[in-house]
Amino acid sequence: MAVSPKIELKGVKKRFGPKIVLDGIDLAINHGDSVVILGGSGSGKSVTIKCVLGILRADAGSIRVDGEEVSRLSGHKRDVFLRKFGMLFQGGALFDSLPVWENVAFGLIQGRGIGRDKARQIALEKLARVGLGEEVAQLSPAELSGGMQKRVGLARAIAADPEIIFFDEPTTGLDPIMADVINDLIASTVRDLGVTAISITHDIASARKISNRIAMLYKGKIIWDGATKDIDRSGNAFVDQFIHGSAEGPIKMEVRR
Amino acid sequence: MNIFAAVGRVFLAFLAVTGRLALFTGEAVSHAVRPPIYWSLMLQQMLRIGFFSLPVVGLTAFFTGAVLCLQIFIGGNRYGAEAFVPQIVVLGITRELGPVIAGLMVAGRVAAAIAAEIGTMRVTEQIDALTTLSTNPIKYLVTPRLIAAVISMPILVGIADAIGVFGGYIVATNSLNFNGAVYLKNTANFVTQEDVVSGLVKAAVFGFIIALMGCYNGFHSKGGAQGVGAATTNAVVSASILILAANYILTSVFFSK
Repeated sequence: MAVSPKIELKGVKKRFGPKIVLDGIDLAINHGDSVVILGGSGSGKSVTIKCVLGILRADAGSIRVDGEEVSRLSGHKRDVFLRKFGMLFQGGALFDSLPVWENVAFGLIQGRGIGRDKARQIALEKLARVGLGEEVAQLSPAELSGGMQKRVGLARAIAADPEIIFFDEPTTGLDPIMADVINDLIASTVRDLGVTAISITHDIASARKISNRIAMLYKGKIIWDGATKDIDRSGNAFVDQFIHGSAEGPIKMEVRR
Repeated sequence: MNIFAAVGRVFLAFLAVTGRLALFTGEAVSHAVRPPIYWSLMLQQMLRIGFFSLPVVGLTAFFTGAVLCLQIFIGGNRYGAEAFVPQIVVLGITRELGPVIAGLMVAGRVAAAIAAEIGTMRVTEQIDALTTLSTNPIKYLVTPRLIAAVISMPILVGIADAIGVFGGYIVATNSLNFNGAVYLKNTANFVTQEDVVSGLVKAAVFGFIIALMGCYNGFHSKGGAQGVGAATTNAVVSASILILAANYILTSVFFSK
């Protein structure tokens, strides 16, 4: 019997008013894959993962996780389903009102009902995993640099030992050295924990480092999907233009002069 | 030419907002009776909404009672009815001015703060982060604020009533030559349980309106700083208008006989 993909999107569509953002996405991701969805700003990368998480509801199509249709889940079933996931947000999305350790332990305390002492212990272990010491645990998120906030976000994403982790623009806004540190952390986390990962980014260097497979999203559709090592010989003019960051090519930016 | 279309669009937009508000309210209220209940968050919000509003509400109530006393004395003097000052002051404060003035002051202070806080959480993806951590954002953010406001406002208004009457007493005894003991005796003999309870019921309703408008506008804010600013303004304006409208309806219900 064939093993079903960990995550499978079929014909997923989403529009906001007249603007079509996703126009029939088809993507299957196997257990243990680390897939990067590449695409320009506004191409629907974030909308895709928000549809999988149920933060946005797809207008049409099927989203399956472990073979189970999840696009219409609600209530307690959805809460249980979301326990499979961890997510690193683009801006960190840390809760300002809570110290760092409570941010990391939030899903354990509120989502799983684990006691505060045990949750704090786990939070400290996860912070150590991303290279942050105990002295950071009591700080407020506002006292951290951008790179440290990303690390705390990563610690929060892995705190509850998820099966699937989403990374939303993990290196945006970081200097090249800190971006590489975060890339290394993501790559080692995915490898060591054996999770399935989906990252969205327009940073090609990051995509090469953290993924074993790349899918390119353009105008609401996946226009190329293949192994990361094959990206330089994709034979797709859109992909070539994107990875070379060239203004010339089939992708035309809407710039008014 | 398209005036009917424009009117229709406005009307449909109004219906859409009303429907969204009704669903939002229904979900928030339904979470009040479904575990888990966030007791510590509720107590924290009671402190912020009730206790920290005491200085501003107390001062407002004091000066409102004082000026009411002065105006009633001046008006009553034309008909030789100065002796009724204590009775009219206590009636005006407990039935109308206590709850309405406190409601408007708390709307300015608390609805704005709630909308700004939740609005910032929305635009920085903190609300999405709550969802991915298996925590229902309405249950976590909205329901504790609603319950806290409904409990805090009557307590706040009870204190405001006492301070308002005291403001009238100070003016009456120091500037208008009233005998202190007689003033208090007339106040106590005249005021009925219905006067006080009607004001406290109004306060609970106003508390619900304040928290609901703050949460709803914050929750649905869009964009960046401008969106949060608009949500804050809308929260205060809508809460203030709804308080005045609800006050008329409640007064009609309580005292129409």
